Amino acid sequence: MYAFQYHRPQSVADAAKLLAAGGETKLLAGGHTLLPTMKLRLAKPEVIVDLSRVAELKGIEKKGNALVIGAMSTHNEVATSAVVRGAIAGLIDVAAGIGDQHVRNRGTIGGSVANNDPAADYPAALLALGATIATNKREIAAQDFFKGLFTTALGDGEIITRISFPAPGKFAYVKFANPASRYALVGVAVAQTGKDVRVAVTGAGSSGVFRHKAAEAALAANWSPQALANLATSAGDMMSDIHADAGYRAHLVGVMARRAVAKAG
Amino acid sequence: MAETGIGASVKRKEDQRFITGKGQYTDDINRPGQTWAVFVRSPHAHATIKKIDASAALKSPGCLAVYTGEDIAKDKVGPLICGWMIHSKDGSPMKAGVHPALAQGKVRYVGDHVAVVIAETLAQAKDAAELVNVDYDVLPAAVDVATAQNAGQPQIHAEAPNNTVYQWHLGDKAKVDAAFASAKHVTKIELTNNRLIPNAIEPRAAIGEYDSGQESLTLHTTSQNPHVARLVMAAFIGLAPEHKLRVIAPDVGGGFGSKIFIYAEEVVCLWASRKVNRPVKWVAERTESFLADAHGRDHATVAELALDGDGKILALRAKTKANLGGYLSTFASSVPTYLYAPLLSGQYDIPAIYCEVDGVYTNTAPVDAYRGAGRPEATFVVERLVEVAARQTGKDPAEFRRQNFIKSFPHATPVIMTYDAGDYGACLDKALELADKKGFATRKALSAKGGKLRGLGYSAYIEACGIAPSAAVGSLGAGVGLWESAEVRVNPTGSVEVLTGSHSHGQGHETTFAQLVSQRLGIPIEQITVVHGDTDKVQFGMGTYGSRSGAVGMSAIYYAIDKVITKAKKVAGFVLEVPHDTVDFKEGIFSSTATNKTLTFPEVALQAYIAHKFSGQQLEPGLKEGAFFDPTNFTFPSGVHICELEIDPETGATRIDRWTAVDDFGTLINPMIVEGQVHGGIAQGVGQALLEGCVYDKEGQLVTASYMDYTMPRAGDLPSYNVAMLGTPCPSNPLGIKGCGEAGAIAAPAAVINAITDALGHEDIAMPATPRAVWKAAQKAQTKMAAE
Repeated sequence: MYAFQYHRPQSVADAAKLLAAGGETKLLAGGHTLLPTMKLRLAKPEVIVDLSRVAELKGIEKKGNALVIGAMSTHNEVATSAVVRGAIAGLIDVAAGIGDQHVRNRGTIGGSVANNDPAADYPAALLALGATIATNKREIAAQDFFKGLFTTALGDGEIITRISFPAPGKFAYVKFANPASRYALVGVAVAQTGKDVRVAVTGAGSSGVFRHKAAEAALAANWSPQALANLATSAGDMMSDIHADAGYRAHLVGVMARRAVAKAG
Repeated sequence: MAETGIGASVKRKEDQRFITGKGQYTDDINRPGQTWAVFVRSPHAHATIKKIDASAALKSPGCLAVYTGEDIAKDKVGPLICGWMIHSKDGSPMKAGVHPALAQGKVRYVGDHVAVVIAETLAQAKDAAELVNVDYDVLPAAVDVATAQNAGQPQIHAEAPNNTVYQWHLGDKAKVDAAFASAKHVTKIELTNNRLIPNAIEPRAAIGEYDSGQESLTLHTTSQNPHVARLVMAAFIGLAPEHKLRVIAPDVGGGFGSKIFIYAEEVVCLWASRKVNRPVKWVAERTESFLADAHGRDHATVAELALDGDGKILALRAKTKANLGGYLSTFASSVPTYLYAPLLSGQYDIPAIYCEVDGVYTNTAPVDAYRGAGRPEATFVVERLVEVAARQTGKDPAEFRRQNFIKSFPHATPVIMTYDAGDYGACLDKALELADKKGFATRKALSAKGGKLRGLGYSAYIEACGIAPSAAVGSLGAGVGLWESAEVRVNPTGSVEVLTGSHSHGQGHETTFAQLVSQRLGIPIEQITVVHGDTDKVQFGMGTYGSRSGAVGMSAIYYAIDKVITKAKKVAGFVLEVPHDTVDFKEGIFSSTATNKTLTFPEVALQAYIAHKFSGQQLEPGLKEGAFFDPTNFTFPSGVHICELEIDPETGATRIDRWTAVDDFGTLINPMIVEGQVHGGIAQGVGQALLEGCVYDKEGQLVTASYMDYTMPRAGDLPSYNVAMLGTPCPSNPLGIKGCGEAGAIAAPAAVINAITDALGHEDIAMPATPRAVWKAAQKAQTKMAAE
């Protein structure tokens, strides 16, 4: 790790000021991507702004029909929240399936969403549920937020404050874990609210999380695993690595999608 | 003493300090005035070093020195050695390239040591290391063992044309060829024994320390055999005379073989400490462990089995290419030869065996012994061959094995070994019963209802442990003897210190060795301390590997105790005023038919030291004895493991449902610890079969250089084990111990793969059988079944 300046502000406003102050500045949420990268000397930020003491970024609440989760909520807080269970029980599975208990005690929803790792679990859930990402500057629909591998719509000086999920009719997320890292080799989130069906896939796409339009169309016509029996997923759009080639990933998208629909009921 | 003696599941004495954070590992030790070493490692698999410019690094804050291969060569330190001479079939000695501790002119794998930076702090050493500018001329790399010997491949060492270290063989080729010519059925398989990265939980570490007053060197290091390290560093590497070099291996957090070897970092820390005249400490980061710990396995093999018309095995033939990496590590040459081919008879009566092994250099990390070392590779060959042969000839795999089992002992195989004892049929019966083989069909049908494929696989393994007697291993090319030594020091108050040349790095010797002493001297286990791992305390020892500490190390203690008892009886004779040959010693009490007086062990110990009851001319005062033990044979643990698993054909995910292990380890000192060894060994074997696969790309970059890509077994990947043991005593040591440390890792891979092929309808599958590989094999099997 290289030397860096460390700040621990108490408010979003102060954090934003530090972010705007110049120098290569990184926000520290749970740190589960940033800190290992720094330890390996692959990242060399000059300034670290630790968000762990910003109280307004914490908290999980039901607001009308929406579940609102503060950006600094840990995966463990989401996984064990009675509010989440009451509002969108399927989100419990998403959070509880991330990493191991130690990771869940530190990692945060805001950090995960801002990092947009192509194998992370939350992006698929946000996309399928039509979530809205609130920052210190604006609100961004999940559909417009995820822009490709490790890329988001976040601009300079922008800090995610909370994420709002409209309660769906049905929702489930199922993943096939990478045997080594336990990230999603393929993760599929399905949601149905009225006539609106969304299917989001993580871990598999060569451009990161994506909505599977063919699956959505099939499920809109017939919400059942059988509707996806002959689902075609183009291997050309899939990632390929030592754990899974594109063809296997494309196949698993269908399997995980069917299992997610079965699980959602 | 039954509750702490031989056969009692005593809780481990050492765990008190380990679970309360009081263990002293090398990284816990810091010496006054200590500096830090960071190694500049090669980013290339194969390159010539044109120039090393350390000028910027030397100006960096806190940097004390930067040393390169040129410096270490100037001081005539090194090179590292390979301690087992192998001769090729044409009689020529193996063609070993030079293995410098710091690269000289050329690098031969990613992670090779190019320079060392010594600085005041670790961070300063890292900063300075980044400033060392190395100008490389990158060469094409030979990475794959299957092709590295081909014409036109990059040449790694000038000494070894075609990257071939040796072309070794064992067995009677003519006899084997004749048997194959007359065979009714021949089974031929090609297989890869996948390369593994050891991953002990404690990374390697070393602290070198020069004492200018004594002109001596001390090394704290993560070693499984500190005396061997001292011997090699003194006699061959030339760091210091043996009596001026102290090697301390304190608490060590797992080795699995990877800490047997003498590594460049240890040599460099010692050497550099003299140059900077301050202690030099190095601790591997996990990435360095992946890159530069000696890896394991990595064989490409073609094997054949010849059968007669009744299914009787006539002969076995194998041709193996063994990847030895970019340099020969300390025992690399022996692992794919004498620790491999002599085990190719397995548990079977095979009249003729012939094995050829090419030892091959590649631009990858050195490969050496890893839990089982050669024996897992042999077992995988034999147990896959037998499985496939049974299926091809329409026989039940268990009954085909039984038909060919060795049934009378001693049994001389055609490949060196004479098996002393065993009852393979009884072991198989017990395993079939415990595994509920009878209920398998029902369970398989139930799985099928849920869309799952269930399979059952056997592995009937044998291993040769102890790695002794010395004369035998010497005749096979070993550079050292493989006996063990012990000293039993009785204090005047009757407490006992046992000094052993074995080294515990997770095995629990502080408990099991104390159990032996407790049983034999009739004193409480709390009165016994086991001392190991320091060359200034223990006179000499060969260390711990090859499941030898029980069979060889404890036997040395056994004989030292014999001598203590003999001496103590003499003391008791003087005190009891009876002839010493009338003195009897049982359960801690000295008695004689000539008197009704008795003495306890501590009473006699005190008398031995105060020496009031005898003159120095009659008997030497004191009570301390030593023994060196060299066994008469290897030991031959054996067993049958049965793996039952379920495959999800949609995803290729494999779930192990049941595991039955019936092992014959001879006498058990502490059944709980033995069972733990079996569990851990199976976990490693399952890791090899399902999860762990070291991957280098074509340029020789290690793709699986972190836990993001290298899959270690986790608790959730493993079943509950059903473990049972037979206790056929081993005749070649006084305790009847066979050794248990490697059995699980040896047995498990074949059991898993045989079970997967059973579930998939006999398709072959390579290790690691990852979900993708299993899914692909399942697709193939389903297509084949549909076609049929």
